[in-house]
Amino acid sequence: MSELTGRLAVFKTYKLYVGGKFPRSESGRVYEVTDSKGTWLANAPLASRKDARDAVVAARKAFGGWSGATAYNRGQILYRVAEMLEGRRDQFVAEVAAAEGLSKAKAAAQVDAAIDRWVWYAGWSDKVAQIAGAANPVAGPYFNLSSPEPTGVVAVLAPQDSSFLGLVSVIAPAIVTGNTAVVVAAEDAPLPALSLAEVLATSDLPGGVVNLLSGRTAELAAPLAAHQDVNAIDLAGADADLAKDLEIAAADNLKRVLRPTPPNWSADPGTGRLLTFLETKTVWHPKGT
Amino acid sequence: MTFDYAPAPESRAVVDIAPSYGLFLDGEFVPASDGKVFKTVSPSTEEVLSEVAQASAEDVDRAVKAARKAFEKWSALPGAERAKYLFRIARIIQERSRELAVLESLDNGKPIRESRDADLPLVAAHFFYYAGWADKLDHAGYGANPRPLGVAGQVIPWNFPLLMLAWKIAPALATGNTVVLKPAETTPLSALFFADICRQAGLPKGVVNILTGDGSTGAALVGHPDIDKVAFTGSTEVGKAIARTVAGTDKKVTLELGGKAANIVFDDAPLDQAVEGIVNGIFFNQGQVCCAGSRLLVQESVAEELLDALKRRMRTLRVGDPLDKNTDIGAINSAEQLARITALAEAGEAEGAERWSPSCELPDSGYWFAPTLFTGVTQAHRIAREEIFGPVLSVLTFRTPAEAVEKANNTPYGLSAGIWTEKGSRMLWTADRLRAGVIWSNTFNKFDPASPFGGYKESGYGREGGRHGLEAYLNV
Amino acid sequence: MTWRYARRYAPLVTMPITVPAYGKEAAGRLASMADVTADDGALRRFLHGLPGVDEVGLQARAATLGTRSIKTTAKAYAIDLAISMIDLTTLEGADTPGKVRALCAKGVHPDPTDRTAPKVAAICVYPDMVATAKEALGDSGIHVASVATAFPAGRAALPVKLADTRDAVAAGADEIDMVIDRGAFLSGRYMDVFEEIKAVKEACARPGGTSRSETGGGSAAHLKVIFETGELQTYDNVRRVSWLAMLAGADFIKTSTGKVAVNATPPVTLLMLEAVRDFHAATGVQVGVKPAGGIRTTKDAIKYLVMVNETLGEPWLTADWFRFGASSLLNDLLMQRQKLSSGRYSGPDYVTVD
Repeated sequence: MSELTGRLAVFKTYKLYVGGKFPRSESGRVYEVTDSKGTWLANAPLASRKDARDAVVAARKAFGGWSGATAYNRGQILYRVAEMLEGRRDQFVAEVAAAEGLSKAKAAAQVDAAIDRWVWYAGWSDKVAQIAGAANPVAGPYFNLSSPEPTGVVAVLAPQDSSFLGLVSVIAPAIVTGNTAVVVAAEDAPLPALSLAEVLATSDLPGGVVNLLSGRTAELAAPLAAHQDVNAIDLAGADADLAKDLEIAAADNLKRVLRPTPPNWSADPGTGRLLTFLETKTVWHPKGT
Repeated sequence: MTFDYAPAPESRAVVDIAPSYGLFLDGEFVPASDGKVFKTVSPSTEEVLSEVAQASAEDVDRAVKAARKAFEKWSALPGAERAKYLFRIARIIQERSRELAVLESLDNGKPIRESRDADLPLVAAHFFYYAGWADKLDHAGYGANPRPLGVAGQVIPWNFPLLMLAWKIAPALATGNTVVLKPAETTPLSALFFADICRQAGLPKGVVNILTGDGSTGAALVGHPDIDKVAFTGSTEVGKAIARTVAGTDKKVTLELGGKAANIVFDDAPLDQAVEGIVNGIFFNQGQVCCAGSRLLVQESVAEELLDALKRRMRTLRVGDPLDKNTDIGAINSAEQLARITALAEAGEAEGAERWSPSCELPDSGYWFAPTLFTGVTQAHRIAREEIFGPVLSVLTFRTPAEAVEKANNTPYGLSAGIWTEKGSRMLWTADRLRAGVIWSNTFNKFDPASPFGGYKESGYGREGGRHGLEAYLNV
Repeated sequence: MTWRYARRYAPLVTMPITVPAYGKEAAGRLASMADVTADDGALRRFLHGLPGVDEVGLQARAATLGTRSIKTTAKAYAIDLAISMIDLTTLEGADTPGKVRALCAKGVHPDPTDRTAPKVAAICVYPDMVATAKEALGDSGIHVASVATAFPAGRAALPVKLADTRDAVAAGADEIDMVIDRGAFLSGRYMDVFEEIKAVKEACARPGGTSRSETGGGSAAHLKVIFETGELQTYDNVRRVSWLAMLAGADFIKTSTGKVAVNATPPVTLLMLEAVRDFHAATGVQVGVKPAGGIRTTKDAIKYLVMVNETLGEPWLTADWFRFGASSLLNDLLMQRQKLSSGRYSGPDYVTVD
């Protein structure tokens, strides 16, 4: 809240991020976001099932271009995102501190780790095929090469307990390999996610590659898990009961499911998340004259 | 006088099928707990080959307990020792390959030429390949000292009974898991013979358990609370049910399911080889192959020529006795499968596609379906969308590469695809865009233990074969 | 592409009436494709527009056909058919009239202990042995085939090659086995190869009245065109040269001289059979195929017959349209034949060395 003696601050209207645009929820509804002490911070859009549907459409539309971009290009764009994050570091520190009830120093550590993680993932774009692919020595006169490819549209339930570091840790690995994502922000702490959208929108990331929704996780996750045009779902932000229900719904079109694991977002993430949303394509071709 | 090939049957005498078999549980053959049995028949004659035990939920529990008990020592063995067991198994399979090939043709109905020249060599090769991995797992790219998962519950289909067993058991054992495997209801015999191979190899009891039974046995197995891994090859419908069953558990799952592969022939294709590839793509194993090239997408400018050549080639296919070494197309595996193929083919006609088969005499008894071609098929026809799992090819045309790719990808499946062109850049362009796990370019239906196999989308997830195939059985 | 021509010319050639390549009507059929041989450019475009050959796929198909199991009655049939298709060959610097006469005797009665064994199709010799062979064979019905055109290298001037051919024809050769100029083909001078084959075909004409005992005077010697596929190396080249030779009027296309490291192989022969099949579809002209060199066993020979059966079918399963260029093959066929009739395995002492 602004000091009476100072100038009156200009509030930010937080919006969804869908297809590179910042719409309000089609439901026209918002919900109150408070800090850890219950003080009002902002109204966040209460995204609806239809917003989720629109986000999937946007993600699918973006998939061809993003997955077809060169790995070098994707790496450049992700690195650009990190640069932009660095430039807005103070804003994220403030938002994370408010959202998670952290001291400024602890919040700063979270934001720094998040930016560093983003850089780490950015570098994977043109390396993942070299650790996940293979030249296979088949017993015949054939060239045989296995390469990873993005699985498609990934629904991501961002972790509830880590509004920014956790968020970055689930988005970056999904998109760096060429997937597009529909991300449901932490239900009670969506503001860092909605601000991240502003960074993504100004970092050459094509619209629709990342779509961010705020609202009730369970409400948004259900249509995403059941959506026939979603290829995978990351259940990081779901509790055990919800995760089970979503996994059952995801079976309808055999989505790749990443089950929630005990969170430790500051640990070395390894390549697990990066490799989860990849398909292995194996191409055979005869060798002859 | 004409050059008619005299019958050249492979001798049945090389295989000795017992009148009945029990379950292979903890190193011994035992009857089902409730004494239930079922018969397995030869699909080419409907002759009863043997009677096998129908495993109950109680048997599943006993098998899982046996596998759990065996896991402790098996997983603690040095990899090099596990490797030696697998090498032994591979060698014994090679030694007994003729016997196993005849058995497979009898129980499955597939031609001996294929069981002899495709199934069995690949079975042995698969054990050889994964044997070599057992003591090299630290170097497999999954970090140092990757650990096995525990007990694997494996359910396999009837189209390649022994090969699917190899795809499941070889990597599981190499990585230190123990297994409970359920072969398909209509093709239980080769798995039971494999149990005997385990005995000859001296494999510790409980490491491999074979439970024969129907879908209820499979359901009990994948739903058992004490298995750590489910590996399934079969229909997409059952695959989805399994995915629901394991939801909310820690069980790791790999599913290798259905397909409706496009086989794309461009106008610059090597035509004679394309015709062979199309034939191999859809008539190999009577088309009962999940990765069968069941949708032929041919560029309009060569469609007429290609179809003429294809029909000419189809006229030389020899349908009949699976044990005759000159048979190209054997029997359909079961009456149930034959009914499904028949119904879908009738739907194709009813929906206005044009049906063609070469004239061929089909035997009186057994389950048979002539190689069949449908032209005038569109994406909207059921025969272009649903997996027929039989010797039925749907032919569609396209005008441009982009249209070919669009049509090829227009399916919920994504297991395999074929491309035929002499232009390298077009091949790579097309391969990049096809959403399928295996792309055969200027070839089709090639398999190798070193080559990962598995699908996109509703064709399942996970890969079998190659370094990739290890991941399914390691806690990584 | 071939298929396009097949469609385009279909109305002109009134398919499906088949005419033999050596018949009078064949020339008319070939004339209908004159535009593709009109000049160097047209010929090159045509040959390079033929569908490519995938080596691995072709070899796989040949190998699969090689797994056919030919037993009992089918084997007996195949063995006699194979014997009747042999061009029993001696092409040595050391050939003498005695050697040639012995070979002719063997060709007439391959198995002295069993007169039901069929005679071979032809005796294949160098031009200077044609007269000897002709005399030895008399009215047996066995043809005399003569290699010509500076066999086996083909490295001589065209007039020399033509003279070589005319000599053989004049001496009574029923068939001429010419070699193409592989150097010209590999350097892309397709028209030179084409013209040379045409010229040799003309040289095969027999001046009226010169005897050809079986078929009556005046008929031309049949022309087999040897590609030496082992030197052409690629299967694409083999398909192109097959079409080139057939367009130029070859009555038979033949794999090899038997004088280089790689001679007839199943894939090469299969490819030539496919080319013959496609040429027939396009023009209605029937052309024969002769694999030569390296075919030594009954098992091998039967594999070739299976390929003919499943690629071209019955009409080609006669000595008129399929030949084996071989020498040692005959004895193996005879031993297998003895085994079938007696039930015992035979041995080399029970067939003749000639």
